[in-house]
Amino acid sequence: MSDIKIRATMAGDSADIKVLMNHPMETGQRKDAKTGQLIPAHFIQSVSATLNGKPVLTAQWGAAISKNPFLGFKVKGAKAGDKVAVSWEDNTGAKDSAEVAVA
Amino acid sequence: MNQLRRSFLKTTGTTGAIAVAVAAGLLKPTEVLAASWNKNAFEAKSLADAYKGLGVAAPADSKDIAIKAPDIAENGAVVPVEVSSKVAGTSSIVILVEKNANPLIAQFDLANGAEPFVSTRIKMGQTSMVRCMVVAGGKSFSASKEVKVTIGGCGG
Repeated sequence: MSDIKIRATMAGDSADIKVLMNHPMETGQRKDAKTGQLIPAHFIQSVSATLNGKPVLTAQWGAAISKNPFLGFKVKGAKAGDKVAVSWEDNTGAKDSAEVAVA
Repeated sequence: MNQLRRSFLKTTGTTGAIAVAVAAGLLKPTEVLAASWNKNAFEAKSLADAYKGLGVAAPADSKDIAIKAPDIAENGAVVPVEVSSKVAGTSSIVILVEKNANPLIAQFDLANGAEPFVSTRIKMGQTSMVRCMVVAGGKSFSASKEVKVTIGGCGG
């Protein structure tokens, strides 16, 4: 099961898309309280979103996006039933993706 | 004794081979990612270097960019930021926090009908100006808003 939650609803003539991803987003600057060792950086570096297969948003992120990232965006000219897909890739090469239909 | 040595060599031999194969397999996506992820810009330690990494000149101030963020953030680890732009032809939105160790937070490229709007949550180490830059037609514009942070979200 994918760890991405997407909610896409129509608001006027645009789709309001809200995405929640599950990710620790470690900056690499934090220390482990027990061992005093730096926790290695582990964060999402790229996110892309498509509407019916066409790219609408591509993002590059640094480590300063909050843990379990939230992303909200709007797409004009979308219709109910259109497919919204979101995927991410982190600095370790891990990936995840999910797809929903606009409600 | 001999038998033990033999099996030891055999196992290490195999695991070694697997490790090499995994490393070779893993190397590829990392390399591809390194090419697309703007390392220079994201690891820049100052606003000026971040702009340089992004390949833009210092942006001109614009009143057409609206930033919605709290005046006071109690928790710097989660600061909601919403950016919307009225600059015609907005193709990218970039969020920077001037006093973070690495000022560049995120870059969003918009296409195919995406409205000039993004909403996300960011980490802030201390009270700072949050600067939002917009790229439209090869020109860059920015606006900023100060967010006071009571507990930092970096380091900790």
